[in-house]
Amino acid sequence: MPEDHELKIIGKPLSKVDAMGKVTGETKFADDISLPRMLYCKILRSPYPHAKINSVDTAPALKQPGVVAAITGLDLPIKYGILPVSQDEEALCVDKVRFAGDPVAAVAALDEESAEAALEEIIADYDPLPAMMSIEEALDQEEVQIHQYAEKGNIHKLVSLEFGDVSQGFYEADHVREDIYYYEGNTHLPIEQHSAVAQYGADGRLTLWSSTQTPHYVHRTLSKVLEMPASRIRVVATPVGGGFGGKSDPLSHEIVVCKLAMLTGRPVKITLTREEVFYTHRGRHPVLMWIKTGMRNDGSITAMHFRSYLDGGAYGSYGVATTYYTGALQTVTYPIPHYKFEGVRVFTNKPPCGPKRGHGTPQPRFAVETQLDKFAEDLGIDPVDLRLKHLVSPGSLTANHLKITTIGLRECIEKVVRASEFHERRGNMPAGKGLGLACGSYLSGAGLPIYWNKMPHSGVQIKIDRGGGVTAFCGSIDIGQGSDSVLAYIIAEELGVNVEDVIVVTADTDLTPVDLGSYSSRVTLMTGNAAIAAARPLREKILSAAAEALELPAEALTIESGRVFCIDDVRRSLTFVEAVQLAEARYGTLGSVGSYTPPKRGGRYKGSGVGLSPNYSYTACVAEVTCDPQSGEYSVDKLWLAHDVGKAINPLLVIGQVEGSAYMGLGEGMMEEQIFRRGLHKIPSMLDYKSPTALDTPEIETILVETIDPEGPYGAKEAGQGPLLPVMPAIANAIYNAVGVRIDEVPITPEKVYKALREKDRGGSSRIGPNRIPPVEFPDPIRVETPKESLPA
Amino acid sequence: MKQLIRLRVNGETHELWTPIHKTLLEVLREDLHLTGTKHGCELGECGACAVLMAGKPVLSCLILPVEHQDEEILTVEGMATSGQPHPLQTAFAELGAAQCGYCTPGVLVTAMALLSENPNPSRQDIRGALAGNLCRCTGYSKIIEAVELAAVRMND
Repeated sequence: MPEDHELKIIGKPLSKVDAMGKVTGETKFADDISLPRMLYCKILRSPYPHAKINSVDTAPALKQPGVVAAITGLDLPIKYGILPVSQDEEALCVDKVRFAGDPVAAVAALDEESAEAALEEIIADYDPLPAMMSIEEALDQEEVQIHQYAEKGNIHKLVSLEFGDVSQGFYEADHVREDIYYYEGNTHLPIEQHSAVAQYGADGRLTLWSSTQTPHYVHRTLSKVLEMPASRIRVVATPVGGGFGGKSDPLSHEIVVCKLAMLTGRPVKITLTREEVFYTHRGRHPVLMWIKTGMRNDGSITAMHFRSYLDGGAYGSYGVATTYYTGALQTVTYPIPHYKFEGVRVFTNKPPCGPKRGHGTPQPRFAVETQLDKFAEDLGIDPVDLRLKHLVSPGSLTANHLKITTIGLRECIEKVVRASEFHERRGNMPAGKGLGLACGSYLSGAGLPIYWNKMPHSGVQIKIDRGGGVTAFCGSIDIGQGSDSVLAYIIAEELGVNVEDVIVVTADTDLTPVDLGSYSSRVTLMTGNAAIAAARPLREKILSAAAEALELPAEALTIESGRVFCIDDVRRSLTFVEAVQLAEARYGTLGSVGSYTPPKRGGRYKGSGVGLSPNYSYTACVAEVTCDPQSGEYSVDKLWLAHDVGKAINPLLVIGQVEGSAYMGLGEGMMEEQIFRRGLHKIPSMLDYKSPTALDTPEIETILVETIDPEGPYGAKEAGQGPLLPVMPAIANAIYNAVGVRIDEVPITPEKVYKALREKDRGGSSRIGPNRIPPVEFPDPIRVETPKESLPA
Repeated sequence: MKQLIRLRVNGETHELWTPIHKTLLEVLREDLHLTGTKHGCELGECGACAVLMAGKPVLSCLILPVEHQDEEILTVEGMATSGQPHPLQTAFAELGAAQCGYCTPGVLVTAMALLSENPNPSRQDIRGALAGNLCRCTGYSKIIEAVELAAVRMND
């Protein structure tokens, strides 16, 4: 495609291809599926946070009316887990339960009520064990191991990496700060409860429909746990009614309904209750952080030493990756010539934590961006200038060997500062009002797959019908972000047809080539590149067949809006359908495949794979708050976000992702928290788990910045996660600006602000936040040389 | 205990032999196969199950149909007229107000009730009317813009 080709579809604010289905109620989510002879499944869950299982007797349940089958952990003993290094889950617990809510047994019955009633009849006998509900408790009682495979006691993972020489870096600093922060855990709260339907055919083939973000990984897990060839298992991901990372693990209920369908020969359905969704979790890790940073008087960073302590909950999930992520992206915004990262993830008796929007990076971003504000005050530098003067350069490598292709952070900062009148208004506002700035960066897809292999990360297959219909097949799954639409837009753009003439078939392991799933903000970049790779050879075939018929060279032709025509003489043309038929006559059935594998990059050290990505998005955010200096109550009045999206494939959808991320960041920053009391989840309901309503969410002004990145399709980067990152620290910095108190904890509740204000009144610290870190002995770091070209001149 | 229940939904009358403790949400989805109305919490917390009853938004997960046999019920499937989508539906599709789309049916009928009572709502009116409908995807911005756009078009 010529460089100067004018894009007809890419960059336009089009509707999503599935929009009408969604606004009419036509879209079929997993819970909308109903099959003849379908049974309903319910899962019995542990009432104890930690206990040995003596026995689980399902015989009395089987005698209940309407009950068809019942299973326990003994029916599904093979362990699994999303990461190859953490195969620590059982579909139903065998010997032990590790959190209140851990699945223990399941029944299938003619209706949901009979299934529910039958659970009451199951006799499960437990010996309770000490419950460890915090990092400190889990470290203190190392003789009571939650998992025997832990590195030591209840330590799941320890990481220690040093890039360059931090002691040298601190020696070069004029000013050094040490700060401690805490970020409470929170959950995804998708409005759709997880749901799955399994069917086992007389032909011995198993089908699972599930609201999952990762059908490929569910497919692999089912094959492992059910001991069936993957070729006889089909996983169809139904449209996901909100994921945010919470539907990215292979989950117990998905395996359980498959087993029950196989045992009964009937379709089996489960839809988790809202309470069960809270137990399934995989949400934001609570993280305690210690950060020591050295700075010169000009505001340049000389060194950073970052420690993170993750409360992982009861299972591994993505936690090893999360641990690395809490240390991976500190270096991609401002140059850090010497960087040391130590991280520890601890098992506790709480629902397992995993990936939530931003995966392991919002916590350190909160620490880094609020600490920068403190530095700015210490050094008397404007917080905008502090950031603008020291940005990572495009085309550079960070200290931890991440390649930065393009960076639009300067423009992002300048634009939000201007739009919010940051300099004009900050310091000149009425009492109780304040402005805060923060920045962030995120990856456009993980550079490595979850299990080691050399195959593509995304594949797209295209077939063209003689009637001109273009069908695109891809394993990607639309979770609301618009991935089906992006696939259709790109193929329509490349083939010169209307978006309406592209049919997308996605997320079905029988029909679609593998795409690794909707996680790590990977789909637009990776599926987009695969779609371009699949479409271009087909375009060439169509053009060359048309060229022959029109007696023109193929280079003289183009395709737009369903017509093939001569660029210099539009009257010499064919319809797309005519051209397709000529091409089929000449080349045979019209089909093609394209795939995408990220470039090989990264340092040569253990852990170098986490944080790697083809490119990085950047965001700057300004928050405006009004805080009552008496009560500590505050409102966020407006958020300004500028996001470097590389190239907006559809600006309407990108703005939607930015606004949704800003909202979710607002919820985390102000109110959302997953908390426990006496071993139990304190608030497993939507009423008590506070999240922002339409009344709590302020106006969000979004500014898109385009950097046309060489790695992305048409220059695109991610948009679904990065914009969340700066919101929490921007709010914290705005509150400090408004009322002069530092809340070094998330969420920033009015109670904390109130306490800090009273401390301040008494002449105290005016800070709320943790003051100590647990006594974890980190191993000697893996020492990694920094790439010389990243060092500042 | 089952009972014969008469329900008026989207202008049609249905007679159903169904357990009297089944909620309106369950009857709509399971007996009438109107799956556009969604489960979110079954406790009246999220608004995903909102439908209109006599023109007012109600949470169908908290309603027993046996008590509302003669009321006119409207679900998302009943918003279109003669195959033409309601202006709210078009505006939501055009502006990207439905991301995952799971909360959308409940939001749409609630907005429809607002516009029939108040054809020129302010932003704050819209926020207030939709405060019982949780959406985790959009940050509400596009939803509010879409309601405004529909209001303008309906007043034309």
